[in-house]
Amino acid sequence: MRTQPPSLLSLAVDASVLHLSHFSDLSPLPDHILLDLFLKRTLRAGKLNEKILKLFLATGKEEVLSLIQTLNIQHILTPVLPTKSPKMSVVNNIEDGEIDIVIGALHSDLRPFMSAWKSIFSRYHLIIVKDPDLKDDLQIPEGLSFKIDIYTKSHIDKVVGSSTSIAFSGYSCKYFGFLVSRKKYVVSIDDDCVPAKDADSFLIDPVAQHLRNLATPATPFFFNTLYDPYRNGADFVRGYPFSLRSGVTCALSCGLWLNLADLDAPTQALKPEKRNSRYVDAVMTIPARVMMPISGINIAFNRELVGPALCPALRLTGEGKVRWETMEDIWSGMCVKVVCDHLGLGVKSGLPYVWRNDRGDAIESLKKEWEGVKLMEEVVPWFQSMVLSRTATTTEDCVAEMAKRVKEQLGGSDPGFGRAAEAMMDWVELWKKVGSGPSPV
Amino acid sequence: MADAVTPTPLLKDELDIVIPTIRNLDFLEMWRPFFQQYHLIIVQDGDPAKTIKVPEGFDYELYNRNDINRILGPKASCISFKDSACRCFGYLVSKKKYVFTIDDDCFVATEPSGKKINALEQHIKNLLCPSTPFFFNTLYDPYRGGADFVRGYPFSLREGVPTAVSHGLWLNIPDYDAPTQLVKPLERNTRYVDAVMTIPKGTLFPMCGMNLAFNRELIGPAMYFGLMGDGQPIGRYDDMWAGWCTKVICDHLGLGVKTGLPYIYHSKASNPFVNLKKEYKGIYWQEELIPFFQSVALPKDCNTVQKCYIELSKQVRAKLSKVDDYFVKLADAMVTWIEAWDELNPSSADLSNGSSK
Repeated sequence: MRTQPPSLLSLAVDASVLHLSHFSDLSPLPDHILLDLFLKRTLRAGKLNEKILKLFLATGKEEVLSLIQTLNIQHILTPVLPTKSPKMSVVNNIEDGEIDIVIGALHSDLRPFMSAWKSIFSRYHLIIVKDPDLKDDLQIPEGLSFKIDIYTKSHIDKVVGSSTSIAFSGYSCKYFGFLVSRKKYVVSIDDDCVPAKDADSFLIDPVAQHLRNLATPATPFFFNTLYDPYRNGADFVRGYPFSLRSGVTCALSCGLWLNLADLDAPTQALKPEKRNSRYVDAVMTIPARVMMPISGINIAFNRELVGPALCPALRLTGEGKVRWETMEDIWSGMCVKVVCDHLGLGVKSGLPYVWRNDRGDAIESLKKEWEGVKLMEEVVPWFQSMVLSRTATTTEDCVAEMAKRVKEQLGGSDPGFGRAAEAMMDWVELWKKVGSGPSPV
Repeated sequence: MADAVTPTPLLKDELDIVIPTIRNLDFLEMWRPFFQQYHLIIVQDGDPAKTIKVPEGFDYELYNRNDINRILGPKASCISFKDSACRCFGYLVSKKKYVFTIDDDCFVATEPSGKKINALEQHIKNLLCPSTPFFFNTLYDPYRGGADFVRGYPFSLREGVPTAVSHGLWLNIPDYDAPTQLVKPLERNTRYVDAVMTIPKGTLFPMCGMNLAFNRELIGPAMYFGLMGDGQPIGRYDDMWAGWCTKVICDHLGLGVKTGLPYIYHSKASNPFVNLKKEYKGIYWQEELIPFFQSVALPKDCNTVQKCYIELSKQVRAKLSKVDDYFVKLADAMVTWIEAWDELNPSSADLSNGSSK
C-alpha cells in the first residue's frame, strides 16, 4: 500500500526543526503549528536544548507553556565552578607544588619501584635519600619527566656533620629527606611498596587520599561511629556534640598495607603464609590521648606543623634493613602523637592502602626484633602517661622536653633510650639550624 | 588464635533478643532464619490495650505497660513511656547472659558480595573474643580472621579484656540527628566498612541502640536508657545516655566496647521535625554532658557495675542539676533502676566484675 506523501506544511515544519537555532522568534506561528513543532518534531527528534526551550517559552503561548509544565521540562542550572588551576590536586585545593614525596632507598635498583609509581608520582617533586650503608649506585629509570633530587651519604655528612648522635642509616635515611624538604606536606612510602588496586583493578592513588586526610579536619575529642565525617556520604552521627564538629587540623595521616601487613616478626614467623587481603574502606581519627603503633611504611604529614616531631631516635642495637628489625617509626610515631595531643592537632589512620611486596625472613628477624618487642613493654605505658608542660607551645619545645624526660626517666633501664634521648636533642638542634630557610644541600 | 575457623556458637540458651515496639513486628519475618532459635522479649510501648501480633513460630514473652507497672510497682517510674527507651525493661527481666536489641524498622542487610548478613552471629563473635582498649591496633580487631596485632603492639596487652558491648552499624538510613537530617534528607549510608574495632579507653562515643548487643552479666545494670518520651523534656537521647554511662563504667572496670560490624539495613527515616522537637534540649545539654562524662572519676572501691552506677547517679545529681532539674529526676531514676535491677536479679547483686582502675 502506498503511504501518503508528506504535505508541504509537514515538510516545512520538518525543515524548520533542523534550523530551529537560527530562529529568534516563534510567536508569529499559529498555535497548532507551534505545538506540532514543539511536541512532534523538536522533542521527538531530540532537539530540545536550553536555547530552543527559551525560544518556545518566549512565545508566551499558553498551550506550549502548560505542555512544558506537564512534561516537567526544567532548565538546566549550570553551576558556577571556581576556576581551578590544572596543577592543583582535585581535592581540597592543595597545589602539587606544596608536596614532596620522600623515599628512603634501601635498595639500589629503584627501576621497578619508579615504574610502578610513575603515573602517580610524576606530578610531584621527589626526594630520594640513599641509605648511607648502600654501596651500589642507585639505578633510576631513564627519561623520567618528573623532578627528583637524590641525596646520598655525602649530602648527609655535609649537612649534619659528624658530631651527631643521629644515625641516618637504614630506614632512618628518609628523615634526612624530611629535614631538607621545604614543602608544606610530605608523603613517604617504603621502597618495597607499589600501588594497590581497587575492586575494579584501577591503581589506588595514596597521595591523593593522604592529602584528603590532611586537608580535612580530624576529630580526636569524640569518636564518630561512622568514622571520618568529612568523607563523601558520611557525617557526624546523632549524639555528636556540635561544638566538636569543626574538628582540629590533621597533622599526620597513617596509611595501611595490603599483602604483607606490618606485623612483627614473631607473628609473621608463626603464620608465614598470612597476607592482609581485607580492604577496610575507612579513615578515622585516633582519639586524643590514645596511643598507637604508627608504621612508617605509608605515611604523610604536615611538615610545617609536626616536621620536627618525626625523629630518627630509637635504634635497636641489631637494627637491620627490614621493617621487622626496626622500631624507629614506632617510637617516632608515639612522639608525634603526644605532640599532636598536646598542641591540639589530629592524627588519622586507615586509607590509603599500598601493596607491600613480600620481603625478608621473619624467623631470621626474630633474633633482632626481640629487643624491640621487649622495649615496647616499657615504651608504651611511658608515652601513655606523658603530659607535656604548658610552656611547650611549639613542636620543637615538645620534642626537646620529651627528650629530656626520656633521658631522665627511661635512660636508666636501657642504653638505647639514652641514645634515643641524645638523638632527639640533636634532631631538634639540627631542625632549628637547617629545617627551614634556604636549602642546606 | 585469630585465624582458626571455628563455627560461632549459637548461644541460643544464653541470649535474649529484646525488641521494643509500638507498631507491629512484621520485620521479624525477614529475620526468621537468624532469630527463630532464640527467645524474644518484646516490650510493648504505648497503649497496652492494643494487641501486638507476634509472627508464628517465635518463642517470646511480651510485656506491655500494665505488666511493667505490675512487676515493678512504684519503681516503674524509671521506665520511659512512649519512647523506645522502654526497652531497658527487657534487660531487667531477662535471665540470660547476653542481650541483643534491635529496632522494629531494621532489616537484614547484605554484604557487598550479596551475602545476607547474620547480624546476631557477628555480635556473638564480637562479644566472645576480647577487646583491646589500651592501645589502638591499626589493623582494627586483631582477633578477626585475617587480621592480627601489628608491629609495635606490646605483647603484654595482647590478651585483651572481656568485651562487654558490641555496637553495630546501619546501612541505608544513617543515624543522624535532626539538624543533619534536615540538611541532608537524601543521604544514605552505602559504605560497607569491613571492620570491628575496640573504642579506646578514655574515649566516649555516641552509642546507638538500634543494633546493639551486650554481656548482661558484665555490664547489664549500666544499660539504663533514662527518662525519655511522655512527660519528659527530651527524647532520642536514651541510648546516648546509656552509652556514656556504660563506657565510663567499662573504662573503670577494665571491660571493652567494640564498634563496627555487623550492619543492619535501617529502613525507616523518622520525621526530622518531630525529631528536632524531641532532641532540641539534648543538643544543648550534650555540650555539658560530654565534659561531665569525660571528667568522671569513679573511686577505687566501686568494683561492681551497680556501685559504679550509684556513684555516677550521685555525680549526676551534684554536677548536672545546675544544667536542668531534669537531671535530678534522672539521678533519682538511675537509683530506682539499680534497686529494680537488684530486686529482679538478686544473685548478681554485689558481684565483683573485673578490676577497677
